[in-house]
Amino acid sequence: MSENFFKVIRSGINTTFQDLGRNNLNHIGIPISGVMDKRNYIIANKILNNVPSHPIIEFAYQGPRLVYHGDPLNISVSGDVKFKVFKNKNEIEGKCYETIILKDHDEIDLISTNKSVYGYLAIGADLKIDYQWKSCSINTKANIGSNNGKKLKDNQTIEVLKIKELSRRKLNHINSKIENIRVIKGTNFHYFSKESQSKFFKNEYSVTKLTDRMGMRLEGERLDNIVNNNIKSEGLVKGVIQIPADGNPIIMLADHGTIGGYPKIATVISADFDKLSQLTPGSKIKFKEVNLKDAETIFKLYEMETNNIISKIL
Amino acid sequence: MIKNISNLGDAAVYCDFGDEVNKEINSNVINYFQNLKDCNFEGITNLTPSYNKLIVSFDLSITNFENTKKIIENLEIKKNHSISKKKIQIPVCCEDEYALDLKKLERKLNKSTDEILETFFSKEYFCYMTGFIAGMPFLGDIDKNLHAKRLETPRVKVPKGSIGLTEQFCNIYTFESPGGWNIIGNTPLNVFDSLNQDNPNLINPGDTVSFIQINKEKYKNYNE
Repeated sequence: MSENFFKVIRSGINTTFQDLGRNNLNHIGIPISGVMDKRNYIIANKILNNVPSHPIIEFAYQGPRLVYHGDPLNISVSGDVKFKVFKNKNEIEGKCYETIILKDHDEIDLISTNKSVYGYLAIGADLKIDYQWKSCSINTKANIGSNNGKKLKDNQTIEVLKIKELSRRKLNHINSKIENIRVIKGTNFHYFSKESQSKFFKNEYSVTKLTDRMGMRLEGERLDNIVNNNIKSEGLVKGVIQIPADGNPIIMLADHGTIGGYPKIATVISADFDKLSQLTPGSKIKFKEVNLKDAETIFKLYEMETNNIISKIL
Repeated sequence: MIKNISNLGDAAVYCDFGDEVNKEINSNVINYFQNLKDCNFEGITNLTPSYNKLIVSFDLSITNFENTKKIIENLEIKKNHSISKKKIQIPVCCEDEYALDLKKLERKLNKSTDEILETFFSKEYFCYMTGFIAGMPFLGDIDKNLHAKRLETPRVKVPKGSIGLTEQFCNIYTFESPGGWNIIGNTPLNVFDSLNQDNPNLINPGDTVSFIQINKEKYKNYNE
């Protein structure tokens, strides 16, 4: 056991190690995985001057409560997260998007995410965790990745290896509010009646509780398939919106199945993945159509905007 | 060869090899997949072959649809002989607690359980592709009399080891996962091993699979 480590007092809901995920394994059924909200992942690591692929602790709704033992280190929290830091007997209200120094016996309690799903805890140190296919990202369905491919558990430890030099940095940042989700028409768009095609873009859908790292199930007015409720199973990518026979859309997220047999009505553009992932059950979605050229431009702008945000870290 | 190339969203190329499912089209897909894989093009992040489609995903920060499409169109296709050709036996228990949809299937197909199982176990199946979840083999073709559609609403949790049928195909759920296939039984055999990083799949495209029916007692003692 190394001298510096975190002990998990309460693991929280769906708390995992993540990074940018693993590529080139779809053909054997392994999805990319990786962080659900890439922008918040990048920011939290950048505040600590971590490399862009540094492992991070991702949590959903309720995060972990951790006690730290060892030499001082920096952490940062990103997302829309309510949390507290306990130093001796003092309880300090946590602030996202700035460095926090944890000393021996300090505790951090990531209480909840506000009106969003995912939050991030970045650590300014190397962690003793395993890599599988070059990524630490935990896929709990296939038990792949660090921590034996399982969620963090109560009472387990997270061993800290080399600690980075301490720094003080912060960023004034507020998460963007939810807008429309932009999509490109899918390869089976014509499977749906003209009326359903226009309904798809006019109606609101609500995010249901059947939503996790694999996919997001929506509920709304039923869409009529006039060709076939099934297609021959074929590859899927993140953002694909499938319509099964019951007419309710399912959107593929980071741990999605690599193959699926329901018609693809549309695909969410890459620039909107982060905000899509953060939608809580009950949120309303409206789909807006864009073409490929626009989607590419919007993505470039989104990347520039992320770079612009992290350049403002002081 | 590829009949049509289009975009799937803004970060993937959708290569369509046709509508039918047969070994010839499928080996075309696998050949393209192997050749693209061997070239290791920068920016290509995933290749997902299936019965008659190949999806090529790319990193939109590095490349785009037009460039990736050109790579695919200009690819020189060499014959590949490295496709797997093993024969594998899979034990399956079809008693009530494992055969979640067998009763429903009796009605859908208008056949008795005995008829369904006898037909199913009498054939060998070819592995067209693996995926959906890690290591899941897509096998075919099952007898015409057993063709059924997917469940209307997919199950949120299909138990690990379940054997599912839909249309002319059958599969094995290597993990508990959501899924919409008609479940007729369950295997105690581990079909995917994530600790074997070089070759985690028991069944690979090109392999032949036969299913052997076992009773509940044998199932329960299988891993002891």
